[in-house]
Amino acid sequence: MHELSIATSILEAVRKERRRLNDARITKVGVRIGELAGVDPEALNFSFEILVKGTDLEPLALDIEFLPRRHACSECRHEFTVADYQFDCPACGSQATRCIGGDELELSYLEVEEA
Amino acid sequence: MSRVPLEEKVLNENDRIAARLRERFLRRQILCLNFISSPGAGKTSLLEGTLERFTAQERVALLTGDIQTDNDARRLARFGFPVKQITTGGACHLDARMIERALADWPLESLDTLLIENVGNLVCPSSYDLGEAAKVVVLSVAEGEDKPLKYPAIFFKAELLVMNKTDLLPYVSFDLEKARAYSRQVHPEIEIIELSCKTGEGFEEWMRWLAGRREMPGRKEGKGSAA
Repeated sequence: MHELSIATSILEAVRKERRRLNDARITKVGVRIGELAGVDPEALNFSFEILVKGTDLEPLALDIEFLPRRHACSECRHEFTVADYQFDCPACGSQATRCIGGDELELSYLEVEEA
Repeated sequence: MSRVPLEEKVLNENDRIAARLRERFLRRQILCLNFISSPGAGKTSLLEGTLERFTAQERVALLTGDIQTDNDARRLARFGFPVKQITTGGACHLDARMIERALADWPLESLDTLLIENVGNLVCPSSYDLGEAAKVVVLSVAEGEDKPLKYPAIFFKAELLVMNKTDLLPYVSFDLEKARAYSRQVHPEIEIIELSCKTGEGFEEWMRWLAGRREMPGRKEGKGSAA
């Protein structure tokens, strides 16, 4: 259940940004989570709600963009999404592909109310 | 309503401390390994077997994390190398700040190898960079061979998979071939060593791997991150 500490880190970042934005009212925070990040979106939502409830950040929504594993072909350069551990290049059939994404655990945006 | 783009890692603060630790380790040419497994897979036994085979002159130290008790530290301290227990008091993983704090009063200059035993958990520790050169995942044959598919994050990030308790293979339904194949599905370049801490079979290969890794204590290209 490390989603609780992940949610804590997200809220720390939101507070830091709020100070930078002169205490603007932040209504939503967007995060990108890759399937290889080892973070469960449902547990993260749950933890986030608990931590926000009753604080000065309320109401604050969490928008999770869940990203699949992505590979690039070392031969034809084609980039593709990996499903069911099928790593071969769908364009040229090569087995020489490498992972280029899917372990993201990043903040992507804040939605801010205009003053 | 306006949208402010952010380009920051969620665990930015942890990663910053981990980067600082990694730089310290590299400057002193210290190999730091982060051992991760589910509870009971044999991390402590693997470390015990390792220390047992070291001569007293080896410049090795250990940090061991648990939610409660210092049982592991006591098990490991028998060998005479410096050991420190980190009791997380509930947290399911070690983070970089805990490592930095634990090392604060330690003479790093007397070391060339730091072995960190994470909290027994196959999920959470995989998200927290501790400044290590490599993660080592330990899987025992008493578990299911599909663990790599169920918990891909750690198998993807680990440089080495140690398959432990091979002495139990005749008694369990664990399919070694499948376990290897699943691990390589998740992480084609993962290195795999099979051993038994109990009988010592396969242990030489692990000691050779460790010796080789101590010769090049840095991070390998492309490990620990997809990018």
